[in-house]
Amino acid sequence: MFKIILAVIGRDLKLAMRRQADIVSALFFFIIVVSLFPLGVGPEPDLLRKLAPGVLWVAALLATMLSLPRLFADDHRDGTLEQLALAPYPLGLVVTGKVIAHWLVSGLPLALIAPVLGIQFDLSAEALVVLTGSILLGTPALSGIGAIGAALTLGLRGGGVLLSLLVLPLYIPVLIFGAGAVDATVSGLGGEGHLSLLAALTFASLGFAPWASAAALKIALE
Amino acid sequence: MTDRFNLYRFASPATFYPLAGRMIPWFVVAAVIFGAAGLWFGMLVAPTDFQQGEGYRIIFIHVPASWMSMFIYLVMAFWAAIGLAFNTRLSGMMTQALAPTGALMAFLSLWTGALWGKPMWGAWWVWDARLTSELILLFLYIGYLALTAAIDDTRRADKAGALLLLVGVVNIPIIYFSVKWWNTLHQGSSVNFAKSSMAVTMLWGMLLMALCFWMYSIAVALARVRTIMLERERNTDWARAELAGEKAVGEQSS
Amino acid sequence: MLEADNLECVRGERRLFAGLGFRLAAGELLHLQGRNGAGKTSLLRMLLGLLPPEAGEIRWQGEAIRKLAEDYRADLCYLGHLNAIKEELTPLENLLAAARLADEDLPEDDALDALEQVGLAGREDLACKYLSQGQKRRVALARLVKERRPLWILDEPFVALDVAAVDWLAGLISGHLQRGGLAVMTTHQPVSIAAGAVRELRLG
Repeated sequence: MFKIILAVIGRDLKLAMRRQADIVSALFFFIIVVSLFPLGVGPEPDLLRKLAPGVLWVAALLATMLSLPRLFADDHRDGTLEQLALAPYPLGLVVTGKVIAHWLVSGLPLALIAPVLGIQFDLSAEALVVLTGSILLGTPALSGIGAIGAALTLGLRGGGVLLSLLVLPLYIPVLIFGAGAVDATVSGLGGEGHLSLLAALTFASLGFAPWASAAALKIALE
Repeated sequence: MTDRFNLYRFASPATFYPLAGRMIPWFVVAAVIFGAAGLWFGMLVAPTDFQQGEGYRIIFIHVPASWMSMFIYLVMAFWAAIGLAFNTRLSGMMTQALAPTGALMAFLSLWTGALWGKPMWGAWWVWDARLTSELILLFLYIGYLALTAAIDDTRRADKAGALLLLVGVVNIPIIYFSVKWWNTLHQGSSVNFAKSSMAVTMLWGMLLMALCFWMYSIAVALARVRTIMLERERNTDWARAELAGEKAVGEQSS
Repeated sequence: MLEADNLECVRGERRLFAGLGFRLAAGELLHLQGRNGAGKTSLLRMLLGLLPPEAGEIRWQGEAIRKLAEDYRADLCYLGHLNAIKEELTPLENLLAAARLADEDLPEDDALDALEQVGLAGREDLACKYLSQGQKRRVALARLVKERRPLWILDEPFVALDVAAVDWLAGLISGHLQRGGLAVMTTHQPVSIAAGAVRELRLG
């Protein structure tokens, strides 16, 4: 079981390393979007501190959306997706591997750069830690839920926009608990409650989403 | 065994189509009667609310529309599950036929909510937990409609749409809970009609309007499913006969 | 043994075929023929288990492939009209990755040997995007060289190959049949397969 997951992760990471431009541009998209907000609303530290959790989290959602359309589309175009579907394993395990690989190249870099951007918004050290933690905890759920949308819209006209339409509403709980954790820390309430709910969401979606995506892929491959 | 057979017969478009055609007028008539009675109770009989004045009367539209929008999503998810489990043709057509009405109800609920909000809170829109959830429900409807519209092959469209509906229905409680949590945390305003003791006539008005919305939704969904059936089955014998019959009637009357 | 019973295929609003059946025993090749749009590819996808038939059943060693699922896929090798290779990876990496994903044990020496047989010696370490179309096709074909699974399903395997390569591939398929393997393939070209019984099935 772990063999196939590791095999898929290994292959996808190797592919991602050969085309680093994709990872880097999603990361810069994140940085630029976050940096635009102070220019739009003004540089008052109080206001920025209040806005930071929401801005960083919404930007993280959008940056994740950028890489999602290609999650299955590349494999679909060159025929490898069929081979993956014909592997002697349940397709859900293959998708689990792809979701983990997607998180490693999209969610993880966002979490690593987030504290630097948090400094731009005058966040305290404690809030920076919670921000990084919440993005680390929440982005796997984004990759998982996003995989369902990517599988449903595979090969469709205007797939990218459609994908956002399907997936963004489903991201709302992650956004609420993720941004809420940082918000609660900033206002001194403590973000533990939010973080544990976020972890629950991530575990639930990593367990459930790959199988739903696998069902969607089978529909698309008919 | 005979039960099973009958069920399949009922689910086949060739029998369902004329049956639906005969049922539609009844539901239309029922919708008009319930609607007239409900509006009469709601607008004329129900007492003026001492806190909210006359403005509150919009709830006779708002509340039934909200109920209906949620209920239709559940019905669609039910059909979706049936369709994925038993691979029946009718279920995909039913979800397709229900979706626009569900989206309309969600939109109506938001619109009337805004109209009610202005006199109540002095703003067209407040981020109340219920309104926010309704807005997300509208997004889910739009997502479903957009996805099924983008897929040309009806079989794939039905299956993909069904899967999306099931994912949505699993997520709705989570979304609702998270929005509620977010709302209490930010001390948002909240609508509460349970507090003001509701007059019996108000309850009647609400109930009659809800029945009216039910009958309307059923009638519209049946009419739409008939069109979808004819379109999808236009190459089958029964659909050809149906179309030829309608044409003949049209020529006679002209 | 691969059996198909009373298969029916509907695509969109058209019924492509109905009541289709065949039996294929060890060492036999099924050659699917028919004009474009007759349902050859759909039938292949049914045999792969990707497309559920409207009616009928496909059995492998006496059991429905629907039930066997992964056990059936473990006996199956598919070569589609798409190469299923990654442009960013080298031919060697592609072969090894494909084998790992298919849960096959492919030592690196065997992979190198396979690449040499398809005439890609010296290009093992060049990313596939620098190869020509024909060379990419050879990378895809190299998978078959060491393939020992009993059932091969090949969609137009001879397209875009030169005469020498066509003979080589025909020999490879012959060898597979001689070892007691089964094969199903579509092709428009007349190809002579030396060994094994060839059955023909014409669609449409």
